[in-house]
Amino acid sequence: MTTVALKPATMAQALTRALRDAMAADPTVHVMGEDVGTLGGVFRVTDGLAKEFGEDRCTDTPLAEAGILGTAVGMAMYGLRPVVEMQFDAFAYPAFEQLISHVSRMRNRTRGAMPLPITIRVPYGGGIGGVEHHSDSSEAYYMATPGLHVVTPATVADAYGLLRASIASDDPVVFLEPKRLYWSKDTWNPEEPTPVDPIGRAVVRRPGRSATLITYGPSLPVCLEAAEAARAEGWDLEVVDLRSLVPFDDETVCASVRRTGRALVVHESGGYGGPGGEIAARVTERCFHHLEAPVLRVAGFDIPYPPPMLERHHLPGVDRILDAVGRLQWEADN
Amino acid sequence: MTVMEQRGAYRPTPPPAWQPRTDPAPLLPDASPYRVLGTEAAAQADPALLRRLYAELVRGRRYNAQATALTKQGRLAVYPSTTGQEACEVAAALVLQEQDWLFPSYRDTLAAVARGLDPVQALTLLRGDWHTGYDPREHRIAPLSTPLATQLPHAVGLAHAARLKGDDVVALAMVGDGGTSEGDFHEALNFAAVWQAPVVFLVQNNGFAISVPLAKQTAAPSLAHKAVGYGMPGRLVDGNDAVAVHEVLGDAVRHAREGGGPTLVEAITYRIEAHTNADDATRYRGDTEVEAWRAHDPIALLEHELTERGLIDEDGIKAARDAAETMAAELRAHMNQDPVLDPMDLFADVYAEPTPQLREQREQLAAELAAEREGTH
Ligand SMILES: Cc1ncc(C[n+]2csc(CCOP(=O)(O)OP(=O)(O)O)c2C)c(N)n1
Repeated sequence: MTTVALKPATMAQALTRALRDAMAADPTVHVMGEDVGTLGGVFRVTDGLAKEFGEDRCTDTPLAEAGILGTAVGMAMYGLRPVVEMQFDAFAYPAFEQLISHVSRMRNRTRGAMPLPITIRVPYGGGIGGVEHHSDSSEAYYMATPGLHVVTPATVADAYGLLRASIASDDPVVFLEPKRLYWSKDTWNPEEPTPVDPIGRAVVRRPGRSATLITYGPSLPVCLEAAEAARAEGWDLEVVDLRSLVPFDDETVCASVRRTGRALVVHESGGYGGPGGEIAARVTERCFHHLEAPVLRVAGFDIPYPPPMLERHHLPGVDRILDAVGRLQWEADN
Repeated sequence: MTVMEQRGAYRPTPPPAWQPRTDPAPLLPDASPYRVLGTEAAAQADPALLRRLYAELVRGRRYNAQATALTKQGRLAVYPSTTGQEACEVAAALVLQEQDWLFPSYRDTLAAVARGLDPVQALTLLRGDWHTGYDPREHRIAPLSTPLATQLPHAVGLAHAARLKGDDVVALAMVGDGGTSEGDFHEALNFAAVWQAPVVFLVQNNGFAISVPLAKQTAAPSLAHKAVGYGMPGRLVDGNDAVAVHEVLGDAVRHAREGGGPTLVEAITYRIEAHTNADDATRYRGDTEVEAWRAHDPIALLEHELTERGLIDEDGIKAARDAAETMAAELRAHMNQDPVLDPMDLFADVYAEPTPQLREQREQLAAELAAEREGTH
């Protein structure tokens, strides 16, 4: 048995490595977006790619998101695998027309004749002190659009594996990068990065018996911290990291909830019309007889993302999660 | 008999309906940017205007330096500097009358300040205490727009509405060179021309969109050329020549006010500092280029003219600098105070009337804050 050397790496580094390995392995993989070339992206995720693979394969585009995604559609029609970068969550909105009218439904419209293997990388979420339009969590919009895969890593290893899997996918993938985890470090084996399971598998990050926290992306570390804190109050919480919002891993999630009998969904984006509503409904439909309490949600407030000086009051933190965990006790007169 | 069978007799003629609408020549920009300073025309420029522009440029430069310093002290979350671009910012503000509207991009705080907005209010977005620090209607300055070019159609709509109401209002909308690639830019220009709306578009071509140079942004001979395709005049101006920018924008505003429709003005300038304090410009450009532009500094250009014509002396220059220093000291003093924020404001103004759900969330936060104060958490 060979022992692998685990080294600390950031999520941003793992993403860069995934792009590089994908480009080296497959000459049809093309990276494009604003500032992805010389600068290496504003988060440096595409650092060095233009130098290594040339500007034709890592291209600084004109500043136009609809144009970036729209031309990627044509490139994919002709056999390339574009990986496009949207600079920030809220700057992807100009591309929604292309995403919703074409990218998501090209396979269906053409009766399978023209699938579009496009990966759309979108840094998302708050917690970095960004000014207006730099902190949106737009996953609900993407989830509501049939034809798109929607994935989001929460660990360094998953950042690598999920991005490789997304680029390899023959369908369009919205790859949501939790920007406040870009610089979070994990030990990881950079010599032999493990490709992750195919898109669509959730994973239990922390086993527990008394309730399940269902979460993803930027909220995973918060949930793990809450699970530690909850031990003091006698709660042994299981934490499930969804990794993929579309497709949804009913199996892993429901197996966990059936074991624990209680579930709480945690995410940053607004609760109303948010991912948690869908998740709670699915869990209820499948696990009703196993539930000791209603499935609860802890989400961001239903407000436009607030200015940085107030964002800590908006984002679901450990305390808010623990309060909800308390409510999972569920008295009959509730 | 088909056309092919008539061969010899057939004379191709243009399709009957097609006629060129206008001669594009008057719409085309001049081959080189319009300049006043350093040419014969400068002697004719109004001394009062020169002095006013100078004072504003010096104040603007100091404002940029102060705001940049505040980012280093953690008092501002981020600041996109307009050092080197002050002539555009100041002229944009000064050509407007009180009832007119300014539509700035996220970089154009200085234009808002030159229009009379309180410097602290102008920085609210960038400090991070709220998204917009002022009432746009009160100042006739739209919120600083972060999503690029999205404010341009707003300017067109507002100007159009004002004209429908019979009001004498012109809108001046600002955008960067990169922003001209966005669909919103094209749609705004097209609407403006079709509606003959009283709008002026000012493109500050400062060479880069973050790291991307103009050559990778457009293949057009100039950004001002883009106007022609929509049927409006395009003008090119030296963006570091405050007098030239003031004159060209002034003409465009007058033209719009008189019912002549929109104009696209491209000001050629340069971003001396990095994109923002968070950007590392050494990754994409060298010092020689920056130095060449420093030598074409808007303040030095105007100061030279004023001195040559005997319109300013050492004392005058000092007076302008002192005034700028006073502004900077006041700004510093205000920005060094922590803004007093009420977290409950999160729920204000999401709707005219909060939804029941928001009321519930409001109560939840109130309880959390009370618990925090009592130290139960
Ligand atoms: C729709 C949109 N896409 C991307 C961005 C991110 N972004 C902010 S500034 C900038 C470059 C803007 O360049 P330019 O328009 O030339 O204006 P400048 O910064 O030079 O004033 C980019 C890409 C944005 N703000 N909005």
